[in-house]
Order: sequence, then structure tokens, then C-alpha cells
Amino acid sequence: MNIVIVGHVDHGKSTVIGRLLADTDSLPQGKLEQVREMCRRNSKPFEYAFLLDALKDERSQGITIDAARCFFKTAKRDYLIIDAPGHIEFLKNMITGASRAEAALLVIDANEGVRENSRRHGYMLKMLGIKQVAVLVNKMDLADYSEEVFKSIEAEYRGFLEEIGIRAKSFIPVSAMQGDNIAAQSSDMTWYKGRTVLEELDAFDEKESEADSLPFRMPVQDVYRFTGSGDDRRIIAGTVESGRLKIGDECVFYPSGKHTHVATFEHFGAGETPTEIKTDMAAGFTMTEQIYIRRGEICCLSGEKTPKVGTSFVASLFWLGISPMVKEKNYLLKIGAAKVPCQLKEIISTLDASTLDRGKKDKIDRHDVAECIIECSKPIAFDLTSEMPKTSRFVLVDEYEISGGGIITAEVEKTGISDVARDLAMRRNEKWETSSIPSELRAKRFGQRPGIVIITGHRYIGKKAMAKELERELWDAGRQVYFLGIGNLLYGVAGEIKVEGEIPDRYEHIRRLGEVANIMMDSGMLLLVTCAEFTANDMEVLEATVDTEHIHTVWLGDKVTTDVVPDLAISDASDRDATAVRIKSFMAERGLIFI
Amino acid sequence: MSESRRTYDKAAYEAHLVELENKSVYLLREAYANFKELCMLWSIGKDSTVMLWLARKAFYGHVPFPLVHVDTHYKIPEMIEYRDRLAREWRIDMIYGENKAALDAKETFPDGRLSHIECCRKLKTEALTHTLAGDWPRYRMNHDTGRYEVDSNTEPYTGVIVGVRADEEGSRSKERYFSPRDKNNDWGVGDQPPEFWGQYKTDFAPGTHVRIHPLLDWTELDIWEYIRRESIPVVSLYFDQGSGRRYRSLGCAPCTTPVESTAKNLDDIIEELRTGKFSNIAERSGREQDKEDGGGLEELRKDGYM
Ligand SMILES: Nc1nc2c(ncn2[C@@H]2O[C@H](COP(=O)(O)OP(=O)(O)OP(=O)(O)O)[C@@H](O)[C@H]2O)c(=O)[nH]1
Ligand SMILES: [Mg+2]
Repeated sequence: MNIVIVGHVDHGKSTVIGRLLADTDSLPQGKLEQVREMCRRNSKPFEYAFLLDALKDERSQGITIDAARCFFKTAKRDYLIIDAPGHIEFLKNMITGASRAEAALLVIDANEGVRENSRRHGYMLKMLGIKQVAVLVNKMDLADYSEEVFKSIEAEYRGFLEEIGIRAKSFIPVSAMQGDNIAAQSSDMTWYKGRTVLEELDAFDEKESEADSLPFRMPVQDVYRFTGSGDDRRIIAGTVESGRLKIGDECVFYPSGKHTHVATFEHFGAGETPTEIKTDMAAGFTMTEQIYIRRGEICCLSGEKTPKVGTSFVASLFWLGISPMVKEKNYLLKIGAAKVPCQLKEIISTLDASTLDRGKKDKIDRHDVAECIIECSKPIAFDLTSEMPKTSRFVLVDEYEISGGGIITAEVEKTGISDVARDLAMRRNEKWETSSIPSELRAKRFGQRPGIVIITGHRYIGKKAMAKELERELWDAGRQVYFLGIGNLLYGVAGEIKVEGEIPDRYEHIRRLGEVANIMMDSGMLLLVTCAEFTANDMEVLEATVDTEHIHTVWLGDKVTTDVVPDLAISDASDRDATAVRIKSFMAERGLIFI
Repeated sequence: MSESRRTYDKAAYEAHLVELENKSVYLLREAYANFKELCMLWSIGKDSTVMLWLARKAFYGHVPFPLVHVDTHYKIPEMIEYRDRLAREWRIDMIYGENKAALDAKETFPDGRLSHIECCRKLKTEALTHTLAGDWPRYRMNHDTGRYEVDSNTEPYTGVIVGVRADEEGSRSKERYFSPRDKNNDWGVGDQPPEFWGQYKTDFAPGTHVRIHPLLDWTELDIWEYIRRESIPVVSLYFDQGSGRRYRSLGCAPCTTPVESTAKNLDDIIEELRTGKFSNIAERSGREQDKEDGGGLEELRKDGYM
């Protein structure tokens, strides 16, 4: 079991652990003597904390800088004890340590009483989702082992914890230095009848298994296919966050909404191949219908509660970055295995976690906690922290550093231009009838992969003639190719929408074009489409409808005059043959046609 | 010795091993998904070998990145034989690097020219740094001939998987699962990235690289228990072959001394660690570089030593 020990700087966390290790005979032979000897040589008083504080700077400054882990066992079980630093400067190290724990010991100095990091650390435990907390009131030797001192600290801190929604399991008066109530009952505090720290550890509950009964969630870490080594399995790999999944179950992936069934679970090494996977398993399975999905989606079980899908959400977050979090700056959001660019849209309120004082600022400073709205540039699948805490957690990356963490508390109403298209695409995927002929087989027979090549550029540059010539050349070379003229669509599939309408009409045309393309591409076709002055917004709507890897854009003309970023730009398109050659080699490079 | 050390709940321990395995597999998959130029440092020892096995677990029998071994040329010969046999049998993409200049000039501890620490720095740290950076030759096994040839790939590795364990020594207990190294290979111990909720440092500036530590939470005992559970082949040097001595930790021949032990098989070793003579003696006590006073290994590690 993993236990973290937290609390304000110098309140005696490392000493508690050092004492615990020493009193239970858990130290490697000679370690205690070695540390005593080192202290003697450097004329420093011996500290139990030096058993943990192994870094040179830690010993010279007498503080813990980074969380140390140590291994320890009782008759009941094995423990990994994580000694967190108390200094505010090292809050990120405290969080690193605490996030690995299932339960926490929070230390308060009897002499100093409740201090700001006693409270801040309590709040962080709450945000990190650690529910089991025992509080140690330490240095009782300095407070004459007084019951009153202990009781008043207990009353104050219990009140604080209740305010943030944590119920402490117990309060224990201890002296780490003297060893009172650590591994053995104290003879100086006969008024205390509760457990020692050692007993309290054994009284913590094992990991809650409630995650098994929640809906199934497995972030897709990767899709493996080691064909190069003669292995044809396509394996969806990931670690289960919650729930269970069995062979034959139908699973749905979000945000795409694509679905398939579990064919087999995979396994290597000793033991049996599982027939069911559940919480915390690092698993892998093959599918009955081969669908195209990628790292970042989350695998769910059909029929269970679905995750939310969207680009915006309300979150409660803590910031660790040296530079504050600000609006209109790009950050990366990592949730499950997904990683998408995002921005801070709105700060609803900020909170000083050491006082619980609320405020309103236009930036989130280091060590602040804030209620805010985050907007991502692509949709993500997530849950709400009140329903499924694990899949509601995300981190934020600023430049190259993880600089904040948050939990999603609510959805935000959808208003973006592509939100409708995306929701429809997800519903369509949920119902999509997967062809019994795998796309690989079609690709093999046709010598091509399906795709949509958008030929765009200035008006009157001859895009259509170009596309038609390309269609002919590809056909002559044996390809299954079709020039999809927009007119074929405008008056039929989109017959009820104005042809020269408002902007929303244009987006709906593009969405329908995308949906028609999806059907044709599922049959293995290569599509050529022309469109004058294709924009980034057009692209956004198309990408909400068609898998991005199927879309390829070619710009004809000397300057790109819209905000779209084409995959290929041909500035001089006057020579049609040369242009056709370039587009064909571009298609070969992108793996659309095999030579 | 306390009473508690003797008790041993088999089911609870099995659950513990499963938990460690799941975590390591997750870390290896994260590494593979995030780093294009990825390799695994492979020291031939038991930890490296468990790590290799975990990679085969994670990728269902495959090892989709090269193994890199820093050859000091003072390794015990059986270690190198074992390395090459395993590479052939499991079709591992095996690479080694070395500090040719120092070896040619006999600038080593066994040649009497350097101290232990200086020798480690030359033959291990320097060789490692340059092998990872790709500016010294890398030798790659050609599976058709079974011989090593100079590797044409000289791209620097940006993700390096290393089998260090937190229980080995003080500074390792403060390591991250994903631990960034700067341009000079330095480890900024005081200012490490935060890690929580299964999210790690996978974004890094050009010229820097990230060390990945899938075995951080394992203890020496866990390693042996897992080797037994999975029947993983290990070098015979770990077992007493009749001399009453065996190696507990493998390194260079001149600097690693065997321990007095008659453990002849996995059961014996595990027994010895669980309740016997080694149950509270640190594993690396046979290694010279750890003995120089407080922080010797921390210093070496700051410079890029594993
Ligand atoms: N008198 C007395 N002193 C104590 C007790 N516990 C710890 N101390 C002293 O308090 C000081 C700080 O102890 P540490 O264990 O280093 O405190 P810490 O909470 O780990 O500090 P950081 O990790 O830096 O936040 C040391 O000088 C200890 O000797 C105690 O029970 N009684
Ligand atoms: Mg400390």
C-alpha cells in the first residue's frame, strides 16, 4: 500500500518516517550507524530525517526537497512510504509524491499549530482524490504532552478538513523525536487511548474496488501491429481506468463514436490469457470488425453510460508553473492518452488554498487554485469528477513542462461551428455498419487507400479541368477514382438548402459532402473534389465529419490567399501535365496510391 | 529482525507483483508512444532482463526499439555471451557502444591510472553519453551473420529506458518515472517535473532527452520473485556454482566482488532475501562507486551515470 506523508515545512514528516523505520527494524543493516557517523564527522546533530533526505542539499539545508520513497512492511502488508517536502517551493514534488498514494498522514507541529501548508496540503489531497487521511500532531514533547494543546489543534484542523470535504480517520498525538505513539504506545500521554501511527497504517482500507463497478473506460494508449516481425494481429492496447470488458462485448470509442467487438484478449508470458479485463490491468485486445482508431480515444462498453464529448468544459485546477496561466496562450492538455492544444477561456474564480479565500483575477498564479473554462482545439472525451473522478483528470503542459492539473466539474454548452457536425458524426459512427470486407483487403485489391483530395485555389485557375484530367490518368493507371462534382450534391443530397446561402449553409454543404465522401471511401474509392478558396473554417467542418487522415489538400496558384494550410501548394499550375505528375507523386508519398 | 519479516501472504504478494507489472507495462507503452528515437539501456543484469521481459509483455512478444549496452570491456565474459545469445534467440535489435580512446590509452582503474569513480566516468558515463548522442560509433548486431557492425543510424536517442530502482540508493529514491536530462546529460535533482495521474514529461526541448524508469517501484526481492514467476532466463553468475560464492549485482569484473552465499537457484535466492542473510543488507554494498562518502553516486548520476 502506498502512503504519503505531508504537512507544513519542518513539522517533522521525515523524522516520523525515519523513526518508524528505525523502531520497526526496517533499515538496512548499518544504515543508522552510517548516518550517525556522517553526522559526527560533519559535527551535526543526528537527525532521523537524514535517513530519508539523501540529497546533499537536503542534508545541508535540513529540509526535504524531493519526495523520497521507502519500503517498509508490517505483519499485515508491504508499504511504500512517500516522504513529501513541506516547503511551498517544492509543492510540485509534494503533488508528485501524494498522487501515488492511497492514503495520507498529515503532520502538524504541536508548537506551531496549523500553518498555511497544513491547509494547502489538505486541499491538494482533496484535489488529488485521496480520501483516507490521518492527522499526526507532532512534537508533543515540546508541548508538555498536553491534551489541551492536542485537542485545540484537532478541533481547528478537523473544521478545516470538513469545509473542504475530507473526513479525517483519526488524530494522533506523537513525538517523532522521542518515539511516542509512533511504533509503541506513549507513556507520557496516557490520556490518549487511540491507535499508534503503526497501527493506524494497518487500519487504512485497501484500494477501493469501486472502480470495477463503474462504467468501462480504457484510454487507447496505442494500436499495435508488428507486421514487420511477421505478426498480423492488430492490438488495441491500454490500461483500464474502471469497469470490466469481456470477449464478445461491443465497445465504442470516443470521441469518434466508432464501434467494434472484442475478438480476443492478448497475453505474453506466464499465466493464462484473460477472458475479461478490469480496473488497473494493462491490457490488449483484437477486434472482430477492423476499424481505424488511434491513440487518444477512450474505449467504452456499449450500453453503459457514455462519456461526454466536447471541446470546452468547466474545471477546477491548480497551477504549478513559474509563469502564470493566462488567456490567449496555447497550452497542451493531456487527458487519458489524448493530447490536444487548448486555451484558458475564462476564470470564474481563484482560491488561495491555504486560507480558502476566494478572489477574481485575470491570471492564475503559481500555487493558485482556480475555477475556470478551458477550450480545446479538438474534441476530447471525458467524465465529470462527481461521476467518475479518474477519467475527469487532466494536466496542462506549458512549453515543455507539466504546469498544472485539473478535474472537470461540468460541461459547457456547445456553440462552435463544427460542434453540430461533430456530434452528428459521432452518432453516425455509433450506428455505422462496418463492412464485412476489411479496408485492408480493399486497399490490397485496388492498390490504393481511400481518401479525398481537395483541389483548391483561386477562382478561374482551372481546378475542375485539372481534376478531371487527373481522374482520367488515375483511371488509366487502374485506380478506382471518382471526381465528385459539387453540383452533383447541391441539388440532390443538399436539395433543401440554399445554394448561394449564408455561411451556415456553406458549412452544411461541406458537412454533407463529407458524409457522402465517407460512404464512398468506405467502399475503397479515391475522391477528387474541387473547391474555390477553401478556408480553415471549411477545413474544420470537414475534419469534424471526415477522419483527418483521409483529407489531403492541394492549392493551385501563386499565393495561398486563405487561412488554410494546404498539404501541397503548386504555385505554377499552368502546365497541366506537370501539375498532374506532381499531384500523383504527392498521392504516392501520402500512401494513397501504391506504385 | 522483527517478527513481521517472516510472515508472507502469497496472495497479497502476487497481487503486488501484478500491480508492479501493470504499472511498468503502462510506462513502457507511454515511452513507445511518445518517443520516436527510443532505446533501452541494457546492462545484462537481472533488472535489465526483467525490464526486457516487461517490454515483451507490453508489446506481445516484440521489442520495438533497440537495446543499448555500454561495453566497458571489463565485464565478466559470461555476461557478454549471455547478451549475444539472448539477442539472437529473441531477435533483439542489440547495439553496443564503448570508450575506445580511453581503453586504447589504458586510462582505466584496472590499468592503475584512474580511481574507481574516474574510471566509471570514462568507461560508463562518457561512453554512454556519446553512444546515446550518436557521435561515437554504435555497433549493431547483424542477425544474418550474428556479428556486430557499425550502425549507420547516428540520430541521438531522445527517449532512453533505464532499469534503475528506487530502493537501490538514496538519490534513486527521488527519481521520476520520466526524468529529463539536459544538453550536457545533467540531472536537475532539485527541480524535477511533477508527475501525477499517470501523466509524465513527454515534451522536451531539442537537444535534451528523457530517461524512462519503468522499474522504479520494484525492490530487489520483487525482481527475483518476478523472475521466478515468469521463468525469465538470467546469467548463471547470480548462482553459486559450487564455490560458495555468487554475484548479487553484476558490474565490471575488477570492481564487483561476489558475495558469500550458497544460493544455487531462484528459490534459494528468494529465501535468502526474504528471511536469510541478505534480508537487511543493501544490494549495492559490493559496489565500489557507492562507498565514497555521501552523494558519490548522486554526483555520478547528475552527470548521466545510470
Ligand atoms: N522536539 C522535537 N523535534 C522534532 C520532532 N520531530 C521532528 N523534530 C525536529 O524538527 C525538525 C524538522 O524535522 P523534519 O523531519 O526534517 O521536518 P519535515 O516536516 O520533514 O520538513 P520538510 O520535509 O523540509 O518539510 C528537525 O530538526 C527535527 O529534529 C519531535 O517530535 N520533537
Ligand atoms: Mg522532510
